Amino acid sequence: MNNMSRIAVCDGNEAAAWGVKLSRPDVVAVYPITPQSSLVEYLSKFIADGELDAELMNVEGEHSVLSALQGACLAGARTYTATSGPGLAFMFEPYVRTPGLRLPMVASLVNRDMLSPQCVWGGQQDVMTVRDTGWIHMFCESAQEVLDTVIMAYRIAEHPEVMLPVNVNHDGNYLSYGVSRVEIPSQSVVDAFLGDKNVNWHAALDPDRPMAVDPLTGGADAEGAARFAAYRQSLCRGMQNALAVITDVHAEWECASGRAFAPLVEEYRLEDAEIALVTIGSMSGAAKDAVDAAREAGIAAGVIRIKTFRPFPVEALARAAGKVRALGVVDRAVSYGWNCGPVCQEVLGALYRTGRAIPVLSFIGGLAGADLTGEHFARAIEATRQALATPPEARTPAPVWLNAREEGMPR
Amino acid sequence: MNAIAPQEYKSDLKPIWCPGCGDYSVLTALAKALAELGRPREEIALVSGIGCSSRLPAYTSVYGFHGVHGRALALATGLKIARPDLTVLAAGGDGDGLSIGGNHFLHACRRNVDMTYLLMDNQVYGMTKGQASPTTAPDWCESKLTPLGPGVSPVMPLHLALASGVNFFARGFSGNPNELARLILEGIRHPGFSVIHVLSPCVTFRPEQRAWKQAVHAETVPPETEPAAALARFAADDGFATGVLFAGTRKAFMPERATRREWRDYEARFAA
Ligand SMILES: Cc1ncc(C[n+]2csc(CCOP(=O)(O)OP(=O)(O)O)c2C)c(N)n1
Ligand code: SF4
Repeated sequence: MNNMSRIAVCDGNEAAAWGVKLSRPDVVAVYPITPQSSLVEYLSKFIADGELDAELMNVEGEHSVLSALQGACLAGARTYTATSGPGLAFMFEPYVRTPGLRLPMVASLVNRDMLSPQCVWGGQQDVMTVRDTGWIHMFCESAQEVLDTVIMAYRIAEHPEVMLPVNVNHDGNYLSYGVSRVEIPSQSVVDAFLGDKNVNWHAALDPDRPMAVDPLTGGADAEGAARFAAYRQSLCRGMQNALAVITDVHAEWECASGRAFAPLVEEYRLEDAEIALVTIGSMSGAAKDAVDAAREAGIAAGVIRIKTFRPFPVEALARAAGKVRALGVVDRAVSYGWNCGPVCQEVLGALYRTGRAIPVLSFIGGLAGADLTGEHFARAIEATRQALATPPEARTPAPVWLNAREEGMPR
Repeated sequence: MNAIAPQEYKSDLKPIWCPGCGDYSVLTALAKALAELGRPREEIALVSGIGCSSRLPAYTSVYGFHGVHGRALALATGLKIARPDLTVLAAGGDGDGLSIGGNHFLHACRRNVDMTYLLMDNQVYGMTKGQASPTTAPDWCESKLTPLGPGVSPVMPLHLALASGVNFFARGFSGNPNELARLILEGIRHPGFSVIHVLSPCVTFRPEQRAWKQAVHAETVPPETEPAAALARFAADDGFATGVLFAGTRKAFMPERATRREWRDYEARFAA
C-alpha cells in the first residue's frame, strides 16, 4: 500500500468522515441532525462505495444510536457516531453510562447551541452540559485537526490505561461547513498507527469468560458502597492517565503524519505577554489574528487555546497562565449560576495552582451561531488590559456578552 | 356565536415551507376545520415536535407550542389533562411521530385522551434534508444516508394505531383540502384519541410524490367500529384510501379528580 498522503479541499464534517474511514470502525450508528447530517452521509457514501467495510445502522433516534453502539462495543467492535445539541440531550441516558462501562468509543460532537429558545446554530452549550460525565473531550480548531484528532481519539480511547469514550468536538456551522485544505493520510500510515483493536481488557462479550455486565452495584452496606466508590476511583484514574496518553499519542502522530498539534493546551505568542485570551475550538483562529494585530500595535497579548478539556489540563494551563498578568476567557456557552462562561470557571480553578490571583474576565459570545470576529477579540484584549489597571474592588465579576446589544459592543 | 373566518386561524407569519410543499394545504384545511368548529382561538391549542411539518403551530393563531423532537403527543396529553376544556391538537411528521417519538404514538392510542393528531406523512425526514423515515419504502434509494435503500419494512400507521387501541382513524390528502378539513373536524368531534393520517408530499426530496394525486382514492364503505374487523378489512390496505377508516366507541380517558380547576382559575392567575 502506498504511504503517500493526499490533499483535499473539504469542510470539517467531511474531514471527520475521512478520519473515521481511515480508522476502520466496524459499526456506525446514526440519526440525522443539523449540523451533523452531512458527516454521516459522507460515511454512508464511503460504505456504499465499498471504501469502508462497516455496518451502518440507521436507527430511530439518538437514544437508540448509543444503545446500539454499547451493544456493538461490548461485542468488541470499534464504533463511531456523531451528534449535535438536542441529539446529545436525547442520548444522555446511555451517554452517562458509557464511561462507567469503560467502553472505548469515539464520537464526534458537532457543537450546537441548546434550546430554548429554538435554535439550530453553533454554540458549545451542548458539550458544556456533559462535561462531568466521564467522557474525554477534545476541541479542534481546523478541519485538519478534526481529521487527525478523530484518528488519535481511537488510540486514546482504546489505551489500556484509559479505557474511556472520547468526544471529538468541532463547532457546528463554522467548522462543520467551513471549507479548507486538508491533508488526508494514507491508510497504511493510519493502520500502522492504530493497530488492531485490543478487546481483552474491557468489559466484553468474551467467549472465554461469559459475564453479565453491569449488575446492581453498591447498596446500603459498607461493602457495596466501597465497591461502588472503587469503580468511581478507577474512572478518575483513567481520566488522569489520559493526560499523559493524549500527550504521547500526539507526539506519535506527529512522527507518523508530520503534523504537530498541542495535545492539551496550545500557547500562542505568550513570550513577554502581558495578557492572554483563553479560547477553545474554532474561535481560536480569529483570536490569534486579533493577537497578531495587537502585537503590531505594540500590545503584548497572546492566546491560550484549550485542546483537551476533559481531563482538564490543570498543570499545562497553570503553566501557560503563569506567563501573563491577566486573562480574558472567551466562552461559547453559559454556566448558569456562576454567571460566567464554563471555561472561565474552570480556568479560575486551575489558576489556584499558580498561587497568583490575577484578574480573569469572562466573555460570552458566539451563541446561536453568532460570528466571533477579530473585532470582538480586539475588544476582549482591550478590556482585559484595562482590568490590569483596575483595583480588585472596582472589578465587576459579571461577564461581557460579546454579541448582545450592549453599549459600545458590536451587534 | 359569530362565525369566524378560516383566515382568522392563521397567524401573520409567512410559512417558509418550499413552494409546492403539501404542508401549505394542511394549514389551509386546518384553518377551515377550526372555522367550522367555531371555537374562539383561545379555546384551541396546537402542539408539535420538530420537523418542517412541526412548524405548523407558528402559522396558526391558536395557542401553539413547538416542542421537543418526537414528544408532541406527550406534551399534548399533559396540556389536555391540565385544561380539559381546550380543544387539543398535535401535529408532526412521520419521523417525529413514528421514529424518534414512536413509543408515544402507541401510548397515546391506548390511553385515548380526547385529542386529535395530524400525522403529516411524507415518507421522509424533510427538515434534515431527505433521509428515510419509518414509512419510507425499503427500496427508496435517493437518500445519501441509505443509497441502497433503507431495506427494512415500513411502519403502517393505520395498522399500528388499530393494534394500539386508537379510537378514530382517518386518512386525508393535502391535495384535497376540503375533504381533509372535514376529516379533521370529525376527528376533533369524535371522543378520545383521533389520528388524521395526512399524506402531505415533500416536493423537494420526494418529487415523485406529486403522483399521489392519481394514487389516492376515496373509501366508499362506512368506517369500521371494531378494531379486529378493521384490521381484517384493511390487512391489504394500499395506504392511499382516504376518508374515515375507523370510528371506535371507547370512552375517552380522563383521570378523575375530586376538584377540577376551571380554565377561569388559570385565567385569574394570569390576571393576578
Ligand atoms: C433529538 C433530535 N434528534 C434529531 C433532530 C433533527 N431532526 C429535526 S427534524 C427531523 C426529522 C423530521 O422528519 P419528519 O418528522 O418526518 O418531518 P418533516 O420535516 O418531513 O416534515 C430530525 C431528524 C432533532 N431536532 N432532535
Ligand atoms: S423539505 Fe419537503 S417537507 Fe420540508 S418544506 Fe420542503 S417540501 Fe416541505
